[in-house]
Amino acid sequence: MTSISRRPSRRAAFLPRASLPQAVPATGSLALLVGTRKGAFILHSNAKRREWRLAGPHFLGSTVHHIVLDPHDRRTMLCAARAGHFGPTVFRSVDMGRTWKEAAKPPAFPKAKEGEKGLAVDHLFWLTPGHPSEPGVWYAGTSPQGLFRSADGGVNWEGVAGFNAHPLRAAWCGDEQASPPDGATLHSINIDPRDPKHLYIGMSCGGTFESPDGGSNWAPLNKGSIADFLPNPNPEYGQDVHCMRMHPLAPDRLYQQNHCGFYRMDRAEGEWVRVGMKMPKRIGDIGFPLALHPREPDTLWVFPMDGSTVWPRVSPDGKPAAYMTRNAGTTWQRQASGLPERQGWFTVKRQAMCTDRHAPVGVYFGTTGGEIWGSLNEGGKWTCLVRHLPEIYSLEAAELG
Amino acid sequence: MQVGIPPQLRDYTHAEAHVEASGATVAEILADLDRRFPGIRFRIVDEQDRIRPHLRIFVNEEQTRTLDARIATTDRILIFGALSGG
Repeated sequence: MTSISRRPSRRAAFLPRASLPQAVPATGSLALLVGTRKGAFILHSNAKRREWRLAGPHFLGSTVHHIVLDPHDRRTMLCAARAGHFGPTVFRSVDMGRTWKEAAKPPAFPKAKEGEKGLAVDHLFWLTPGHPSEPGVWYAGTSPQGLFRSADGGVNWEGVAGFNAHPLRAAWCGDEQASPPDGATLHSINIDPRDPKHLYIGMSCGGTFESPDGGSNWAPLNKGSIADFLPNPNPEYGQDVHCMRMHPLAPDRLYQQNHCGFYRMDRAEGEWVRVGMKMPKRIGDIGFPLALHPREPDTLWVFPMDGSTVWPRVSPDGKPAAYMTRNAGTTWQRQASGLPERQGWFTVKRQAMCTDRHAPVGVYFGTTGGEIWGSLNEGGKWTCLVRHLPEIYSLEAAELG
Repeated sequence: MQVGIPPQLRDYTHAEAHVEASGATVAEILADLDRRFPGIRFRIVDEQDRIRPHLRIFVNEEQTRTLDARIATTDRILIFGALSGG
């Protein structure tokens, strides 16, 4: 296995807030970027977040797995789309979706040698803007699991060979039998705000991996995270990560929701701790998304789903609720005010929950039934912002002001 | 020769349903199309040069499953996208 020379960081767990724009609450207008099975939509709001206006659809009929605005330039927006049987691509807009232009060279695996079976990108699943010190850099995660990088704002994409051609990639990623029904994905691309070369990724399936050098070398980071669907439930890799996030103000703090619960890791400890065990037993800690408070590294939201028997993947007992912790998972608070009290069978996908940077923080989620719900008081009260959209795949907050 | 473009790909051909292209094989036809309409080839063929699943390419009335199929100047190419799924 490729060795990783970088040791878990012993640097200060929290970054100096004054130097980071994300440490300051946003006060301007906001948009929610909505990816759906049938296209993209943009839900605009003003600074008070009291009025919402839906624009779109964009790329009607195409599956949009992710649509993201670069938070650094607040101008470049990328959309990962798949037009039916016509394969995956990236569209780019610099005018908030008024016009779009397709990538000149979308993410694609290299052509295999004669007689070998090469990989082909089925769909682009995840987009992450690069480090602020590298303007124009974006990363993309695909199905099957591949990592791609653009250095020109999403126009041209190259594979990150250190991962895609790694001799252990096939072992890490597993075969089709180890894949979820909609295809195995590479997602949750996180970039250390202290070091643009320090990357984390999550895979479903495959687990969490870390690179210290911009993607040239990788190592699994799964100690403590279980995989109860494998003969050895504590493997070095092979876990099913649903969503993994690094806190931008405390980059040695990681959270993940996976197939087997909610976890937290502090890098100095180097081990995932299943903080979901503190959830009520009747709710459990199965789900797909998690969303972080932008300024409080101990605060996050999850949206539990029924992971019993055949995995219905809906709100337990038909009573949807988010759960919030303000102490990094030591205790959890149910947040259901405003949501259906019964017969509410919500499914929220892994990219379909987000927070804004306002104060108080807005928390939003989209359902596979095409509804977007929002809370402007950190989950204290929920309101349905939009209904009747197609199946929602992703939701991202874009601060415009 | 004339190439029939399915509705799903006419954004590339400026709404034209039929376009001219030249080449002695399907691969050369697609390469010529891509020169004139950048990006269209990757919608039809993946990075391993496999015709994408559920797409069909006909040379006259015969379906071809390979890009190596020879084309005569009098042939007509038709590309169809399946209308499957919900």
